Formats: sequence, C-alpha cells, structure tokens
Amino acid sequence: MTGQRKGALALLTLAVVLALSRNFLPAGLMRPPEWLVWPFADWLNAAFSFCQNDLGLMAVTRFAASGIEFLLDVTGNLFYGKNRWPHLGPLPWTTFAITAGCVAYVLAGRRLALFSAGTFVWIAVMGQWEWAMQTLSVILIAAPITFVIGLGLGILAWRARWVERLLNPLLNIAQSLPQFAYMIPVVVFVGVGPKAGAITTIVFALPPMIRMTVLGLKKVPENVVESGLMSGASRWQMLVRVRLPTARNEILVGVNQVIMQCLAMVVLTSFIGMPGLGQKLLQLMQSLKIGLSFEIGVTIVLIAVTLDRISRAWAVQQPRHFERGTPWHQRNQVFVTWAGLMLLAFALASLNPWFSQIERSEALSVAKPIDAGVDILIRLIDPVSQWLRWFLITWVLIPFRDGLLWLPFTTVLCLLMSLGYSVGGPRSALVCLGFFGLIAMTGWWDRAMITVYTVIVSVTLAALMGFPLGIWGARSSTRAARVLLVCDTLQTFPSFIYLIPVIMLFGVNDVAVVGAVILFAAVPLVRYTIEGLRGVSAELVEAAAMSGADRRQLLWNVQLPMALPTIMVGVNQSAMFSLFMVIIAAFIGTQDLGQEMQRALSTTDVGKGLVLGLAVAFMGLMVDHLVTCWSETRTRSLGLDASKRV
Amino acid sequence: MKHRSILLSGAALLALSSAVFAEDSTDSMVIGLHDWSSQIVDSRVVGDILESVGDKVEYVTTDSQAVYESIRLGDVTLETEVWEATFGAAFTAALAKGGIVDVGTMDAVTREEWWFPEWDKEVCPGLPDWQALNACAAKFATPETGEKGRYLGGPVDWQMHDGDRIAALGMNFTLVNAGSASALWAEIAAASKDKRPIVVFNWTPNFIDAVYPGEFVEFPAHYDGCEDKPELGVNPKAAYDCGFPGNGYLKKAAWDGMEKKWPKAYAVLQKVNFTNAQLAEMAKMVDVDGMEPEDAAKKWLADNEAVWKPWTN
Repeated sequence: MTGQRKGALALLTLAVVLALSRNFLPAGLMRPPEWLVWPFADWLNAAFSFCQNDLGLMAVTRFAASGIEFLLDVTGNLFYGKNRWPHLGPLPWTTFAITAGCVAYVLAGRRLALFSAGTFVWIAVMGQWEWAMQTLSVILIAAPITFVIGLGLGILAWRARWVERLLNPLLNIAQSLPQFAYMIPVVVFVGVGPKAGAITTIVFALPPMIRMTVLGLKKVPENVVESGLMSGASRWQMLVRVRLPTARNEILVGVNQVIMQCLAMVVLTSFIGMPGLGQKLLQLMQSLKIGLSFEIGVTIVLIAVTLDRISRAWAVQQPRHFERGTPWHQRNQVFVTWAGLMLLAFALASLNPWFSQIERSEALSVAKPIDAGVDILIRLIDPVSQWLRWFLITWVLIPFRDGLLWLPFTTVLCLLMSLGYSVGGPRSALVCLGFFGLIAMTGWWDRAMITVYTVIVSVTLAALMGFPLGIWGARSSTRAARVLLVCDTLQTFPSFIYLIPVIMLFGVNDVAVVGAVILFAAVPLVRYTIEGLRGVSAELVEAAAMSGADRRQLLWNVQLPMALPTIMVGVNQSAMFSLFMVIIAAFIGTQDLGQEMQRALSTTDVGKGLVLGLAVAFMGLMVDHLVTCWSETRTRSLGLDASKRV
Repeated sequence: MKHRSILLSGAALLALSSAVFAEDSTDSMVIGLHDWSSQIVDSRVVGDILESVGDKVEYVTTDSQAVYESIRLGDVTLETEVWEATFGAAFTAALAKGGIVDVGTMDAVTREEWWFPEWDKEVCPGLPDWQALNACAAKFATPETGEKGRYLGGPVDWQMHDGDRIAALGMNFTLVNAGSASALWAEIAAASKDKRPIVVFNWTPNFIDAVYPGEFVEFPAHYDGCEDKPELGVNPKAAYDCGFPGNGYLKKAAWDGMEKKWPKAYAVLQKVNFTNAQLAEMAKMVDVDGMEPEDAAKKWLADNEAVWKPWTN
C-alpha cells in the first residue's frame, strides 16, 4: 500500500514540476510533437477504401443489407402502407391497439393491457400514426435480430474461452464509442434509409445482449447443471432446456437493454435516413415547435415502456394449464376475443376512415399549452438564467477550460498516471497512460481536453444535484419508486428535445451544453445512490442505530460508506452518459471532439470519425477502469462479496 | 439530296433511340429530404409532379452535406436545393469526384449573410451598415466574448470564413459557431423575448422572414477575387474583406445515372424552377400555418397548376 502511495506521489510531483516549469519546457513536452502524432485517420481511410473498392466488400454488405431491407419492406407495407410486397397495408390503427392489448392481457393481465392499448390510442389520436409506424416497423425487425445474434454470440463466448477473449475488448470499445462514429461507415457500406437505421441500431444494441447472455450462462448453479445431466439431457437439451431458462433473468435484462438502446437510436438514426418519429422530431425542432416535439418524446417513452413491460412479462410467464375437457373456445378465450375485435375493427375502418387512420388535421394536440408553459417558464427564470450564465462562464467554465488548455500535455498524462497508480498500482498507471497517450497521438489533444472539461464540469454539477436527490429518494420505498420512475422517463426521453430549451435559457455557449449534459448525467447518479443506499443490509443499520448513532451519523458513517461501491458505478455511468451527450451537444455549438465528429459525418470521412470516436471511447474506458479497480478494492475491504454485484 | 437523306435517317435514328429510352424505369426514385421546410415541401412537390407523370418516388432524410456522397453512390436520386454559399463546396467536390450532375439553376436567388432582428435598430440606429454595427459592437457583448460583440455564425462545416472576415475588416466581434440551424433559430427566439440585441448568420428564403422581421448587414460588396486576392478590396492586406455574394445560386442536382434510367423524370427535373416567393410560401405553410409538408405540397400544386403543368410536357 505504501509503495503504491509513493509511486503516485512521485508522479504527482513530476506533474506539478512540469506544470510549474511550463514556460521553459520545450514545445514537445507542451503539446504532442509531430513525430508522436500518427495519421491514424489516413490509415483507416486507406483500409476502408481497400475493403470498399479492391476487396469489393461493399457489394457484400449491400447484399446483406438487402435481406434486411426485404423484411423492413414487409413491415413497412403492413404498418404504414409502403408500396411493397405484400401490398396489404396499412392496417387500421385500431387493430394495433387491440393486438397490443390482447397480447399484454395474456402475458400480464388487465393493467398492462390497458396501458399497451392506451399507448396506441394516444399515438393515433395525437396524429402521429404514420411516423410511429415507420419507427416501429424498423424496431420490430431490429430488436429480434439483435436478440438472436446477441444470444448466439453470447452462447459462443460462453462455450469458447477464446471467443470471449476476442469479444471482450471489442464490446468494451463498442459500448463506449459514440453513436455517430458507427453511422459514418454504415452510410458508405450500406447507404442511407431505413436499412441503414436498422443496421446501426442492431450494432448499437448488440453489446449489452451479448454481455448479459454470457453473465447469465456463467451464473447457472452447479446443482442445476448436475440435475440436468442426471436426467440424461443431451448437450443441446442442456443448453435450451436447462441453462438458458436458468439464465432467464440476465437474458431478460439484456432484452430490456436492447429495447432501450433501440429507442435511444430513434432520433440519431434519422441523420442517416431513418424515417419516422425521430425524423419528425428533428424537423419540428428546426422550426422551434417545442410542444409538438415534446409530444413525440412522450410517444417514444410510451412505446419504450410498453415494449419493455410486454417483453418482461413474456420472459417470466409460466405455462398455463387447463382442466381436461375444457372446450377450445374457453382455452383460447383471449384469442377468440381478439379475432372478434379485429373483425369489428376492420368493419369500423371500412365504415369510417377515422378508425383506419386519423389525419393530422383531425388530431388532438397538447402543444399549445406546453409551448405557452415553456415560454412563461423561460421568461420567469430569465433573470436567474442570465445571472447563472454570467457566473458560470466568467468564474467556472472559462477559467477551468483555459486552465486545462494551459497545462502541458505531459502534466495531464502524469496526473492521470498518478491517479491510476494510487487506485490500482503500476498496472493502472500504465492503462491510464495508454488510453490518454493514444488520444495525444491522434492529434486532437486540445479538443479532447475541451471534451474532458465539459464532462468533468457536468458530472460534478450533476453530482451536486444528484447525490442529495438520491439520498432524499432513498428514505422510503415509495419515494424511491417514484424517483426511479422519473429517472427511467428522463433516460428514454429523446435527448435532442433538451437542446432547444437550454439554448433558449442560456444562449449558444458552454453553459447550454453543460445544462443539456447535466440532465443526462444526473440520472445514473440518482439511480445508483438510491439503489446503493437501499441495498445496505437492514441488520447493519439496526445495529448501528442500537449503538446510538443518530440519523446523520447513520448516513455518513454507515450507509454511505457501505453504498459507495454501488454509487461509484453510478459515477462511472454518469461519465459515460456525459461523453455521449457532449458529442450530441455539438448541435448547440461546441469546439470539442463532437464538433469534429459532426463534420466527419457530413463529409462521410470514415477514418476521422472512427479516430474521434475512439478518442472518446478511450476516455470512457479509462474512467471505467479506474472506477472498477477502485470499487473492487473497496468492496473487498468492506467485506462485501464482490461477486454479488452485477 | 444525299445530305437530306442522311439528315433524315439521322433524325429517324434519333427518334428511334429516344423512343427506346423514353420509358422510365419502374423502380422508385429516391429524393433526399433535409431539415428545413422549404426543401422538404419543394421535394414533395417535385415528387408529386414526378408521380403525376407515372414515376414512383420515395423519400429519405439525410444530412444536407452528406447527401452529395449518397447521390454519387446512387443511393439518393435527386436533390432539389443546392445553396451556393453553404453547400457549394460539398457539391463542387462531389462534381469533381463524379457520379453527380448539375441539373440547372433556379430563378430563386439565395442570400446568406450576417443578419439582425429589427429590434437591434433601437440600440444601434446606424444599421444595416457594417461600420455602424462595428461601432456599437459592445452592445452585442456576452459573458463569453468579454468586451467584444458576439457574432453567432452557422455550423463550422458550412465553411463561411466569418473569422477571416472579422479579421480582414478589423471588427470588434468574436465569432461563435452554432452547431446547427436549430441552434440559430433558438437563439433568435430567445432574444426576441426580451429584445436582446443579437447578430446571427441567416439566409433567405426561410421561415424566419415571416416570424421575426429583420435585415441583412450591408458589408462591402462582394467582388471577384475577394476570397483569394488579398491586394483587392477595402483591406489591401487581407482576403475576405467583403460580404457574401448577394445572389447565390440555387441548383438542382441528380445522380448521373438518372438521365438513363428515368429519362422522362430527368426532363421534368430540368424544367423545375422555383422563385423566392414560391419557396417562402412553401416554408410559411409549414412553419407558420403548421401544415404537414405533404399537405402543403398538395395545396401548392393545387393552387399553382399553371406554374408546374408546363414542366411535365
């Protein structure tokens, strides 16, 4: 332990010395010298153009994409009447509401049935039917494909150690790569349109599915496996009948993640031609229609909740048994009802077009009151927001940013190594050096520092708001449930909608960027603080209370220290969310990696986009490494079993 | 006599070949849509016109810069609005690479320039003159620009060279780049609430004309060589000492395979021609009257048959 401290201290001293002697340093220590900046982007572009033109990979990818396109055309025709085979659609909106309601009823009962049917009624009545169907027609293809591929790869990784070894670093990078970085190669290799949207979504949603499958399969207890073997199950039966059902819980979390990721991509994929809600949302935002884009946001959240609850219910449902001799129509009561209602729906649709599709002109809207509300709110807090803008810019943001840019890059590297050393010894120090050294080698050092600065400020401010809120929320279970519901909603609500109101409040500057990022960064902090605090064992709290600790002591000396490892997972996620959001905040106007990423997307510069994406990914991976390392040591010293945590 | 027969057979051959190629492919054409309303509506208008002559059309939303790459690859068939100042660079680069063709310039002229809302005149009465603007630069100061005025420019990838112009004209302004058109609009909308003075990048025709009245700043007029001959212009030492060209082109672009595959549609597209007033009207139907782009296109077609019917012959 002392050796670790000494090493960290030595590196810290070196960092300080470098910073203090900054004015005498050779230029090569101030900013990465030319020999250190390698043309990664050119190499990647050369590799891509080799694959694209010489290997003819483009023909292969485009052929594969045409398979997906066929599926998308089928759902496209059924859902919103795209002019493709089987030329049946569009189905009336009532049929969707009825089907969703019946499916939900079979799986989870009346409440979910009402909610699911209600979601579709809302979509139809609000006049968003065609857009929502364009979105759903892609998600309902992308999500199952992701599930199947993810499950397959997960099983492979669980079976063969080398597959896991190969996949692990790839998944790590994929999960911390900003979405825009994926989209550029997709435009080149697949083209634009719904198929590109579907493929980007699949790539983005795949990692958590693989992860959770591997985790679930690994956790299957020995005794379950043994009892399976004793009953003479073959290898295939072992997998399908024993292991996968036992791993159901984790796989379920994977499915849930897939759905959430799919919906998170709805808006972003519209940049590469995905039609539907996301595209409409961007268009409405462009003409500053906040109320109408808010309505779309609500729809996306409702769809997410519906799909999530239905898929959960499907996964936990138990087989149902009927008494012998129950007549067919009783056994299939819901099916009969469904068929009846469907006939009714088609009949109504042929009588009155309102039951088939509700035109925009007949639609309801809550946009006016929302717009008025936003307007009043902005006027009301304008003095506060103008002061806050002045204060944050003059006293916090500009000094901090300039300070970070003032530091020689060698100081930053030494500081990070020192941090790594103190957390995980020489190995972590080298990991930190590796990640940030590579960022230095991309030649985007200054921009990377601006990204770092935005993330640090955002996470800090988010923590100042999120921790108290989390502690407050953890007091009772009803409160916790409510706060977590808000967290879920904020997380699925499309982040693009925040961009316009924050500009209206703060103008185009870093305060607006930080403001938009905070909303996102606070969510995991609140969530994990609540989960950490509520996870502290009741016996421990009781024992402390019995020895006379008051509420404050309980919180500070017992609950928080015990919950800290979980809370740190929240900090880690918060940093990751911030990194993603900072890239999106380039649409407000930033000077960081995100701005360059936007430029790479509009010039379809694959190499540059990937290099920038990797630079962001490395930041995320470094934070992840440090937090994981720290929390493992911490958990061990608290005597908690590390393997119990997910 | 001999000449005449050659001529005749040539004409016959021409007629024959045009008869062979006259039929359009039954595949759908793909029209690229972007994120501003006039473009979405006039794309729908063009799409509806093409459908009226029997073609099939589909729409796809794409980035307004990346679309030229997609056209080159044939993923997108045509584009209805190529603005000179903002997309000229991407379009010219794509032309040089090949795969895309220029389908002609419309009557509409575009203007892209520094712009101020009318309430600015109260604090800076000398506007729209650029020197008057420069004299009241402090009125446009914000916390992040200190004592200098803030000019909110368009996204960096539009490559406007505003920073160069500020330097060349010795202006007391700092350039801040907005990240998207929406960011520019949001800034104007926010400023309108308390009539805060702002100068932003803007262009016409667009819906801002109808919602927030304002004017363009008058800079030294654009001249040939402003961008690459420092010795010319107001500042003999620097380039970019002028405003943007007041009448930028608005072109149509198409995939170079379009003429072969859909000759009839290509001929129609060549004739498609909108004026500023028509584009502003289309944008207004969506942005101010709240119509859906599809419906706005239908309405425009119904109201303006005399304009577009001749394009289809």
